[in-house]
Amino acid sequence: MMLAANMFVGPAIDWFKISPLLVMLGGVLLLILAGSLTPQWKQGTYGVVGALTAAGSAVCTAMLWRDLGEGNPSSLLANALSFSKFSLFATFSVAVATLLAILVTSGFLVREGEDGPEVFALILSAAIGGMVMVQANDLIVMFLGLETLSLAFYLLTASSRWRSASGEAGLKYFVLGGFASAFFLYGVALVFGATGSTNVEKIAASLSKDTVLGGSSAMLLAGIALLLVGFGFKVSLVPFHTWTADVYQGAPTPVTALMGSVGKTAAFVALIRVFTVALSSRSDDWRPVVVMLAVLTLVIGSVLAVVQTDVKRMLAYSSISHAGFILVGLVAAGHSASADAGLGTSGALSYLFIYSILVVGTLGIVSVVAGKGDNETSLSAFKGLGKSNPVLAMGMTVLLLAQAGVPLTSGFVAKFGIIRAAVSTESYALAVVAMLAAVIAAFLYLRIMVSMWLSEGAASRDVAATFSVKASIALCVGATLALGFFPSLLLQFTNQL
Amino acid sequence: MFGLVVVPTPTWYLVLSAVLFSIGAVGVLVRRNPLVMFMCIELMLNAVNLTFVTVGRAMSDINGQAIVFFVMVVAAAEVVVGLGIIVSIMRRRSGVNVDDLTELKG
Repeated sequence: MMLAANMFVGPAIDWFKISPLLVMLGGVLLLILAGSLTPQWKQGTYGVVGALTAAGSAVCTAMLWRDLGEGNPSSLLANALSFSKFSLFATFSVAVATLLAILVTSGFLVREGEDGPEVFALILSAAIGGMVMVQANDLIVMFLGLETLSLAFYLLTASSRWRSASGEAGLKYFVLGGFASAFFLYGVALVFGATGSTNVEKIAASLSKDTVLGGSSAMLLAGIALLLVGFGFKVSLVPFHTWTADVYQGAPTPVTALMGSVGKTAAFVALIRVFTVALSSRSDDWRPVVVMLAVLTLVIGSVLAVVQTDVKRMLAYSSISHAGFILVGLVAAGHSASADAGLGTSGALSYLFIYSILVVGTLGIVSVVAGKGDNETSLSAFKGLGKSNPVLAMGMTVLLLAQAGVPLTSGFVAKFGIIRAAVSTESYALAVVAMLAAVIAAFLYLRIMVSMWLSEGAASRDVAATFSVKASIALCVGATLALGFFPSLLLQFTNQL
Repeated sequence: MFGLVVVPTPTWYLVLSAVLFSIGAVGVLVRRNPLVMFMCIELMLNAVNLTFVTVGRAMSDINGQAIVFFVMVVAAAEVVVGLGIIVSIMRRRSGVNVDDLTELKG
C-alpha cells in the first residue's frame, strides 16, 4: 500500500501562473460563504466585491504577459492548460468583459430590489469556466470549462423570478445547451478514438503523422463534424442559432450582455484553438464546411435582424451576424498554406475583444431604457430618447455606429482586421459576402438610431441609471472611441498572437 | 448449441453507443416533457461514456475510463441545475409541456 501511495507523483503547480483563475475562485467563495453567513450587506456592496475580483483577475493576467517566452513553460498543470500569448490575451478579454458586465448587473439588481451575492457568484463562476475554456490544452478540460460556463449561464438566464419569460428562456437554453454539450462530448470521444489522445498538441502530432490510430478516418471526420455542431450551438452559427433570440430576449438584460461577451469569446477562442492547432493538418476537410457556415451565418443573421421589433432580439441576430464575421477569421486562419494565416487568428481575437466591449455597453443602455421590471425592450421604447436623455442616446449612437463598423470607432478596426485576413488568404468571395452582410446589418442599427433621434415618444419615461451602470457604459463608449482613434493600443498586442 | 461462437469486438460497442446516442438525440427532438427531454440528454452523455470506455479498453489507455468520471460529475451537476429550473417554472404553472412555453417568439 505504501508503495502504491509513493508511486503517484502529482504535477508541479505554478500557482502564480494560474492566479487569474484563483482570484476569480476566491471571489466566488467569498461571495457564497460570507454572503450566506452574514446579514444583507449594504446596497451595491456585493457588486463592488464582484467587480474588484474581476479587476484583480485582469491585473494578474496583465502581469503574467511578461512571463511568456523562453525559459517559461508553454503549458501548466501537467499539460492541462496552455500558457501562451493567445491564451493570456483571451483570458484578459474574458476578465474585462466580466468586469464591465458586473458593473451593469450591480445597478440592475439594485434597481429591481434583488441585490444579493448569488448572481455575482454565478457570473464569476461563468468567468472561471470561460477562462478554463480559452486556456484549455486538453479537450476534456475544455469540456469541463464549457459546462462550468454553461451551467452558470442557465441559472443566470432563469434568475429573474418575477418575469415568466426568464424561466422560459432558462429552460430553452438548458435543454438546447445540454443537447449541444452532448454533441461536443461525442466529438471529443470520436477524436480520442481516432487519434489516441485528448490533448490538443498530441492530437496535432498524431494527425500530422498521416496515420490514424485505432479507428478509421471516418471516425475522425465524424468527430470533427460533431465538434463543429457542438461549437456551432455555443457560438450560435446558422443553422444552430434558433435558441439565441429567445434566450437573449428572455434573459435579464445584464445576463444577455454577459452571454454576448464572455460566452461568445470563450466558445470562439476554444473553437479557433481546436481547429487551428489540433486539427490544422485536416484543414482541407473542415474549411469548406466552415466557409458554408460563415456565409449562412452572415447573411441569415443580418437579414433576420432587420425584421425584428424587439431591440434585444435585434441585438441577438446582430450577434449571430458578428459570429459570421469571426468565422471568416477562422477560415483565414485555417489556410495553412498561406503565410498570412496568423492574420486570421489575430483578427478574430481583436474582433472578440472589441465586440465584447460593444455588446456590454449596448445592452447596458438597453437595461437602463427597459426600466424597472426589465420589460420595455421593444423598439418603440427607444422613441424620443434623444430628447429625454441625449447623453444616453449619444452613447447608444456611438456603440451602434461601432457595431456597424463606421471608421473612427473600434468596430471598424475589428471588421478591417477580418477583411484584411480574408483577402490576404485569397478568400475574396467570402470577404465580399461579409461586407454585404455588414451593409444589411447597418440598416438595423440605423433603425434604432432613427427611433431614438427622429421619432416622438414618451419622453417623460423615467430612465434613471445608477452610478455603476453609468460607469460601465462610459468605459465602453470611451474604449470604443479610444480604440477607433488609436487602434495600435490593441493591435500591438493582437499582432503578436 | 449451434456451434456459433460470437465474440463481441470493440466495434460492436461503438455501434451500440452510436445507436444509444441517436435514440437520445431523437428523443430530445420529439418528446415534449422537459423531464423526458432531460433524460434523453443524460442518455446521450452515457452513450458517449460507453464510447470512451470502449476506446480506452481497445487502446489499453486508462484515460478513456478516467474521463468517464469527469463526465458523470458534469451530468450530476446538470441534473441539479436542470431540475432547479424546471421546478421554478412548475411553481408558476400547473404541469410542464414545452409547447406551452410560447411567450418568446418572433
